[in-house]
Amino acid sequence: MDLFETFLNFEVLARSFPMLLKGLWLTLKLGAASILAGLVLGLALCMMRLYSVRPVQILTRIYIDVFRSIPLLVLLIIVYYALPFVGVRLSPFASAMTALTMVSGAYTAEIFRSGIEAIPKGQFEAAAALGLGHRQTMVDVILPQSIRMVIPPLTNNSINVVKDTALASVVAMPDLLKQATQAQALAANPSPLIGAAAIYLAFLLPLVLLVSRLERRLNRGKA
Amino acid sequence: MMSGYISIRNLQKFYGHYHALRGIDLEIARGEVVCVVGPSGSGKSTLIRCINRLEDFFADSAIHVDGVPVLPGANLAKVRAEVGMVFQSFNLFPHLTVRQNIMLAPRRVRGTTKAAAAAQADQLLARVGLESQAEKYPSGLSGGQQQRVAIARALAMEPQVLLFDEPTSALDPEMVGEVLDVMRDLAQTGVTMVVVTHEMGFARQVADRVIFMDGGEVIESAPPAEFFSAPRETRTRNFLHAVLDH
Repeated sequence: MDLFETFLNFEVLARSFPMLLKGLWLTLKLGAASILAGLVLGLALCMMRLYSVRPVQILTRIYIDVFRSIPLLVLLIIVYYALPFVGVRLSPFASAMTALTMVSGAYTAEIFRSGIEAIPKGQFEAAAALGLGHRQTMVDVILPQSIRMVIPPLTNNSINVVKDTALASVVAMPDLLKQATQAQALAANPSPLIGAAAIYLAFLLPLVLLVSRLERRLNRGKA
Repeated sequence: MMSGYISIRNLQKFYGHYHALRGIDLEIARGEVVCVVGPSGSGKSTLIRCINRLEDFFADSAIHVDGVPVLPGANLAKVRAEVGMVFQSFNLFPHLTVRQNIMLAPRRVRGTTKAAAAAQADQLLARVGLESQAEKYPSGLSGGQQQRVAIARALAMEPQVLLFDEPTSALDPEMVGEVLDVMRDLAQTGVTMVVVTHEMGFARQVADRVIFMDGGEVIESAPPAEFFSAPRETRTRNFLHAVLDH
């Protein structure tokens, strides 16, 4: 067997393609759900970190630091294999989404914070001087400006989340990677893995390029 | 009891150990135009930023605007809605057009309808001579134009008091005049104005009263004719000598 027949066996690829597509669908669902939930969690954490009473601020900060430090794989195993011992039994999808959301939320909170802290103090003061309340100031003045700034790092984080969904294969979730390894076992040929890699690339490479473009555009606005 | 429309009693302000305001007492009447002058670091900006409580101040101090104490809490937004402020660095909202900048506070704070707020914004823009700029974003305007929009934005809340924190200090010299002209017109309308400024000509012509601050204290307070021709205090004389005679 030569290299092509082993790693780019089109016959094997064609046969495993339906399985890969099924896996892709699950990967995209898990990725999208975790990204959205992570955004909501991150915004809430960021507001608590910046604007709540001191004890809550400290707790939030501990949460953010812990979940940025813990390896996702470890967290996933805890959620899926350890929580049942205390009576919490989550499906593979729910376990993976929980772990991804908890980590993505921590990163997103820090991204939002950097975006808010980059807004000049004068914007807060102008809003306050006009009689806008805290919520109105955030919604109408600060966040619309922050969100523009944080779109590139948020997109980066989203790319990471989608890549990390591959870890869900360890909790027996039939995502893209899991389908590829199963197809590989069935065919006794690693070509499906290469197919999965190509699919990941097809989805994520455009996002990576988009981030670079957005960053260039934002920097141009600054000059 | 309070005699002034704005009443400031024993205003103390610390930045850490630095005593920025050392017990200011000041009464400002309704419709009065007061210019506050003095060297940088004298506390004049801090003073007017305390009036709408952008700066926190010492608990023993008291500021009332129209009889309402300026305290943190529910009343503060009410006071701030009555007290407009114009900043040295304009602080327009860069993500909103000129018209949207002016409409935001009436819409959100007063609950004005969109159509009414837009009509009012256009009226105010005409008043500051910028009716053709409504659709632009602040970054497309000159400094002088931005500051005139900021004045229109403050006026949209129909405030009883306007605070100006060195409104022309960040402007190129050729744009100072257009902003001072707008402020001169405003002074005729009966709105109470407190203006921190280095523009002695403006203070002389427009103010009802000039206040000189130094080292966190009010050193002298007098009508402009008296203030500029016959200052009583040595520190005032030295300051005027330094800014006027060169």
